[in-house]
Amino acid sequence: MQDYQNQRSTVLQILDEHQSMPGSLLPILHAIQDTLGYIPPAAVADIASALHLSKAEVHGVITFYHYFRETPPGKHTIRICRAESCQSMNSKGLEKHAKAKLNIDYHETTADGQFSLEPVYCMGNCACSPSIAIDDEVYGRVTPEKFDQLLACKGAE
Amino acid sequence: MTRLFISRDSTALSLGAEQVVKAIQQQTAAQGQSVDIVRNGSRGLFWLEPLVEVETAAGRVAYGPVNSADVASLLEAGLLEGKSHPLYLGNIEELPYFKNQNRLTFARVGLTDPVSIDDYLAHDGYRGLQNALKLQGAEIVKQVTDSGLRGRGGAAFPTGIKWNTVLNAPADQKYIVCNADEGDSGTFSDRMIMEGDPLVLIEGMTIAGLAVGATQGYIYLRIEYPHAKQALNQAIAAAYARGYLGENILGSGKTFHLEVRSGAGAYICGEETSLLESLEGKRGLVRFKPPLPAIVGLFGKPTIVNNVISLASVPVILDKGGEFYRDYGMGRSRGTLPLQLAGNIKYPGLFEVAFGITLREILYDYGGGSASGRPIRAVQVGGPLGAYVHEGQFDTPLDYEAFAAIQAVLGHGGIVVHDDTVNMAEMARYAMEFCVEESCGKCTPCRIGSTRGVEVIDRIVAGTDKDQNTVLLRDLCNTMTFGSLCAMGGMTPFPVLSALNHFPEDFGLPKGKA
Ligand SMILES: Cc1cc2nc3c(=O)[nH]c(=O)nc-3n(C[C@H](O)[C@H](O)[C@H](O)COP(=O)(O)O)c2cc1C
Ligand code: SF4
Repeated sequence: MQDYQNQRSTVLQILDEHQSMPGSLLPILHAIQDTLGYIPPAAVADIASALHLSKAEVHGVITFYHYFRETPPGKHTIRICRAESCQSMNSKGLEKHAKAKLNIDYHETTADGQFSLEPVYCMGNCACSPSIAIDDEVYGRVTPEKFDQLLACKGAE
Repeated sequence: MTRLFISRDSTALSLGAEQVVKAIQQQTAAQGQSVDIVRNGSRGLFWLEPLVEVETAAGRVAYGPVNSADVASLLEAGLLEGKSHPLYLGNIEELPYFKNQNRLTFARVGLTDPVSIDDYLAHDGYRGLQNALKLQGAEIVKQVTDSGLRGRGGAAFPTGIKWNTVLNAPADQKYIVCNADEGDSGTFSDRMIMEGDPLVLIEGMTIAGLAVGATQGYIYLRIEYPHAKQALNQAIAAAYARGYLGENILGSGKTFHLEVRSGAGAYICGEETSLLESLEGKRGLVRFKPPLPAIVGLFGKPTIVNNVISLASVPVILDKGGEFYRDYGMGRSRGTLPLQLAGNIKYPGLFEVAFGITLREILYDYGGGSASGRPIRAVQVGGPLGAYVHEGQFDTPLDYEAFAAIQAVLGHGGIVVHDDTVNMAEMARYAMEFCVEESCGKCTPCRIGSTRGVEVIDRIVAGTDKDQNTVLLRDLCNTMTFGSLCAMGGMTPFPVLSALNHFPEDFGLPKGKA
């Protein structure tokens, strides 16, 4: 884990930029996660004091939303859709394949730090199920073979 | 310069549209040709994506599905002149899938450059706003009421009535909030509007603002839609630059500001009061109603919360009049519904049709049957809280009341198809599991009941005290239906009980006796 002292100036700057925004907590958390990859637990105190909230309130918000994370992600985040449409096109088989191939479960990161695996409930790509996303890119009609190809591409980056 | 159209729609991108664009750019440049590639929305015929359309003297000619490896042969065959090739489709608008639609809300999607104000204006854009600027707020609301438009987010509440409540609520500040959380599996119409014609949503929200006297709008957009966010922000910037947003809109003295806010992966934030909490920067806990958001909404102020499709249907209503819209449809379901056909289906896509078409026509005439070629066994309409419908019910017409009569819902118009390999006990279990995962936690029947539901289904399937546990499951569903604050807990029993009632054999129970 990185030292928060190195990240703190980023957090303080983000807090400063959102000073006059109504309902700014989610935009702040997004900005922090976009920049640092996650929300460092040590940042909660700074966020709370800037917004005049308790630390418990800020922590409560971070943990309520599936998307926010408090640990650094792998270099790439793979999301597999678990929703009904993808299930109708055998996403369960794909899910099993991905977990075996990466040798991790959901919410885990591979030992080499390359890939994190997260479930997602629908990406609106239901016309081409099953779908996965790697970082910001969505891929449709993903077979286990296609999954392996994508993994090889990303792993080589 | 030849104009080509290749979609920026997420699904087209998920199938390699970007690579096709790059291949065409490189290969035409190498041949010294220059092309102008417009990144349009998708026409919605997803088995043909990535689709390439070329503008010729004889109109637009389409090719698809195009892989980047096909580009060389396409160019050689005369793609730029619209010549013949195995992937040649002709004019996409002449294909029955497209031609038989009633594209009112989706009129421009796939046709225009989504973020070009000029293109928007050239295709009847901002005519609704021009009319609205000449009307009093109450007159705008009347057009919407007359149209018979009902909320497309799921609950089908009359939009005009909601607007009227906000109009008549005195306040120093009011808000227009667009619900772009689109969490239902099998739905993507909101996404396609936001990526393919974001200006129609912006226009609809601006008209809503004029109607009720709101000067600030927010689009609450799910985080899973990064491409929609980009298109919306580009379109909003373009609208500001041309005086369609901001202070003094088109010199009228009226103000409307608009901003996109990102959700963070919580399905419950699609519920309107949870969404408002989230916009205020809190956990998405559902609020008690009353007070209605129309009276006490965002930051305690009167607020219109409407779905993307509801708001995007407003410009055509203000352009052509409430009666024009109302003339489509059947019964109390007026106008059109953009249907989203997904899952195990041969021709998946979006098509906008008037209410009244039957499910069988949708599945077989449009959908062409299952993708696997096996019989269609169960269809879930209306998202994860919608009932599973079986073959015997496929002649039900698309109509809110007709669906209610078979204990089903239309919801947001998503249809997910399963073939005969589906295990409906697993789907019922998943519905409970989803509720465990996504419950906001405020009420016990939803938070705890769903966990118990998973366990009870497991016991039935394992054969432990089958009859007793089936009674228990029904009892639990009853408690969830009547003891939950919102439809998350209240409607999870829909998929569960429909699976149990229509497909008892999947639970190891005798048919007709579950
Ligand atoms: C659990 C739950 C999830 C919902 N998700 C959405 C959604 O993603 N999008 C949406 O427009 N409405 C959703 N709704 C319905 C909204 O609460 C609300 O009825 C709707 O936004 C009102 O807009 P409309 O009248 O234009 O449909 C959801 C409701 C519930 C109970
Ligand atoms: S039914 Fe579930 S999601 Fe809805 S308010 Fe109750 S606990 Fe929250």
